[in-house]
Amino acid sequence: MEFGLGVNVDLTVIWAFLIAFAVFAYVVLDGFDLGLGMLFALAPEKRDRDVMMNSVAPVWDGNETWLVLGGGGLFAAFPLAYALVLPALYAPIIAMLLALIFRGVAFEFRWRTERWRGVWDFAFISGSAMASFSQGVALGALLQGIDVDMTTRSYAGGWFDWLTPFSIVTGIAVMAGYCLLGATWLVMKTEGDLQDRMRRLAWPFGLVTLGFIGVVSLWTPFLQDGYYNRWFSGWGIGLAILVGAAVLFVAWRMFNSLTVHRHEYRPFLQAITLFALCFVGLGIAMWPYVVPVEVTIWDAAAPEKSQVFMLIGAAVLIPLILGYTGYAYWIFRGKIDPDAGYH
Amino acid sequence: MFDHADAILLARIQFAFTVSFHFLFPAFTIGLASYLAVLNGLWLAGYGQVYRVLFDYWKKIFALAFAMGVVSGIVMSYQFGTNWSVFSDKAGPVIGAPMAYEVLSAFFLEAGFLGIMLFGRERVGNTLHMVATVVVAIGTLLSAFWILSVNSWMHTPAGFTIDAVTGQFLPTNFWQSIFNPSFPYRLAHTVTAAYLTTAFIVGGVGAWHLLNRTAGENPGARRMFSMAMWMAAIVAPIQVFIGDLHGLNTMEHQPQKVMAMEGHFESHPDGWAPFYLFGIPNSAEQRLDYALGIPGASSLILNHSLTAPLAGLDTIPIDEQPPVGIVFWSFRIMVGLGMLMVALGGWSLLARWRGTLFTSRPLLRFAVAMGPSGLVAVLAGWVTTEVGRQPYTIWGHLRTADSAAPLDASAVGVSLMAFVIVYFIVFGAGTFYILRLMGHAPITGGPDDWERGPIRTAGIAPGPAQGTPSEHGPSNAEEAR
Repeated sequence: MEFGLGVNVDLTVIWAFLIAFAVFAYVVLDGFDLGLGMLFALAPEKRDRDVMMNSVAPVWDGNETWLVLGGGGLFAAFPLAYALVLPALYAPIIAMLLALIFRGVAFEFRWRTERWRGVWDFAFISGSAMASFSQGVALGALLQGIDVDMTTRSYAGGWFDWLTPFSIVTGIAVMAGYCLLGATWLVMKTEGDLQDRMRRLAWPFGLVTLGFIGVVSLWTPFLQDGYYNRWFSGWGIGLAILVGAAVLFVAWRMFNSLTVHRHEYRPFLQAITLFALCFVGLGIAMWPYVVPVEVTIWDAAAPEKSQVFMLIGAAVLIPLILGYTGYAYWIFRGKIDPDAGYH
Repeated sequence: MFDHADAILLARIQFAFTVSFHFLFPAFTIGLASYLAVLNGLWLAGYGQVYRVLFDYWKKIFALAFAMGVVSGIVMSYQFGTNWSVFSDKAGPVIGAPMAYEVLSAFFLEAGFLGIMLFGRERVGNTLHMVATVVVAIGTLLSAFWILSVNSWMHTPAGFTIDAVTGQFLPTNFWQSIFNPSFPYRLAHTVTAAYLTTAFIVGGVGAWHLLNRTAGENPGARRMFSMAMWMAAIVAPIQVFIGDLHGLNTMEHQPQKVMAMEGHFESHPDGWAPFYLFGIPNSAEQRLDYALGIPGASSLILNHSLTAPLAGLDTIPIDEQPPVGIVFWSFRIMVGLGMLMVALGGWSLLARWRGTLFTSRPLLRFAVAMGPSGLVAVLAGWVTTEVGRQPYTIWGHLRTADSAAPLDASAVGVSLMAFVIVYFIVFGAGTFYILRLMGHAPITGGPDDWERGPIRTAGIAPGPAQGTPSEHGPSNAEEAR
């Protein structure tokens, strides 16, 4: 659409970035929630678990809302992509939704029963693990490509196409990455013995995450010619080296602040930066496809009228959301008081 | 095992199941969020400690119900794509935007301030806590606004054209598509239903404790019962009126839905259409078996005239008719419960006037029995309107059979079973925890606590002690109000 001053703005590109931002916000915010859920398995003491859960209890609902924006935004801005991708990822998405149910209700249920607390703790752990794995599998399945019939505008593959060695690897990679986010979040939010243990745990999860980043990065170019040509031609190779070097640098800084400097909040921010770099890498590989390598963002875009109508709201509401979300985090800043909570 | 099943039928059952389960929670929390804001406001304004006790009591129940609403709601936002991808592709350009607005303007608002409402009183002080409580309530209403707009558009689509190549619905005027013809009626009817649902649950819980000998004097139980009965007495009759308007609007835009609701297979060219109290709809023979009706009543309700002609399903081709049996009976369940609600409200007024509101055991028992009536009526209402929309997803334009994702019956069948098992286990447990919380009478500790000032948790409450007005405590005179 054309604005004054002779500036041409492609709304489709703006919407692609907005959806990508929503997905990234989800991955980071619910990522540490889900990682924390998996780390429950490594903290069997009730008191530790209470502290861990209370560190996210006031904010988890808002974190999860970014998932709804990612899905709802895709539906609104790229309805064709939504209609193609979701049937293709049917099984992992249903598994994720069911897992998120177990994870979400555990926040309330575990405080309502003595006898069954162990059951809901298990629901919290396994729900978090299953949701993380499903999200990773969905990412892998999307990256490796989806069978599409554009004459009928529909998914044309089978309902097990998503299941490949690559998608299993991305599934485990996301689990490891979320555990890293969760551990560094807890370094920031807890004290004493629990904090020390999280510091130590962040190391193996960090190393495993780094390893998976390497494996997935090297594997991705060979999934489809498009990725190969993108990364190994001209500016692509320079960019690949740049992103790779940045990942290594940030990882080195993160490990340093974990044990050498014993920083409180920096490891978490550095873990987020790692995720951001991976996200940039993914973005470069996928661009400009929303369904690699079949459907571009322009093929799938909603009409301009819909884009404009939504952009007006997004321009006002997203800054507002970021504002009050930040405020909520600010209110609940600092270390967790083990005896706080309304239950 | 699902080889012989129809994938579309299974997808419909799955959506009906997940959305019905989901809506039970918002139907309760929309009203409860507003009720909590009222309770907290009355406490802050100095009307007594009883309101603070009630706030803390219902807050725990709200948190449980809200969490279940959130997790079952996320399922809904993805089911459009997984099971109804053709519908999503085609309708996305028009209804995607209001759904995105729902996320941006309502979901984030609720989620962002819910944490402050539940956990933040000591950290932000009473005033900001009150703001957060009100914002959560506003969030639930905004959410209802957008999602009911989208739902209404599927019944009375407006403000669009259809792309000749892709078959997509393209927006021509968002104002028209959002404020489509049935939206104001559906919004009013549904939000009022949510408020009534909450009122009857609160009233049922209050009555339960008033029936108990030891808790019978509980000021909290008295106050919640009294407030709920005011709602029943005032809002239930209003809801009957709104429902009538909604029905007339439906008759204008979706006449065959009303014909199915009424069981009118036959036309009544000379008026005097009966309102059938009972009957077994027989779609194969296109007639209502064992019909028992009040002559002329339907003509009066729908046409406000005894003799004006009223068309029946015999004017509608069979492949355009909704399933009459389900619509006919779900409508009767909803209306029947509505009448009982009005009756309970009227009875409570009478008892209040006689001074037996808290002691009349038949009234209290009736109120306990009516506790879940709102939830049942709401589901029956949704079944009426959604099944009545068949065979279309977008009325008159897109058939349900042409809306589904290209999935195997086995995929939909297996996921349906998974949903059924998980929902019954998880939400069954949640309902049990809610009932157990409701089973405890609202009380702060000893009976003296009703007279004391605000509960000072071991916290740092920044700002002046806003709680002071309530230190008067409720007197018995206040209780009887």
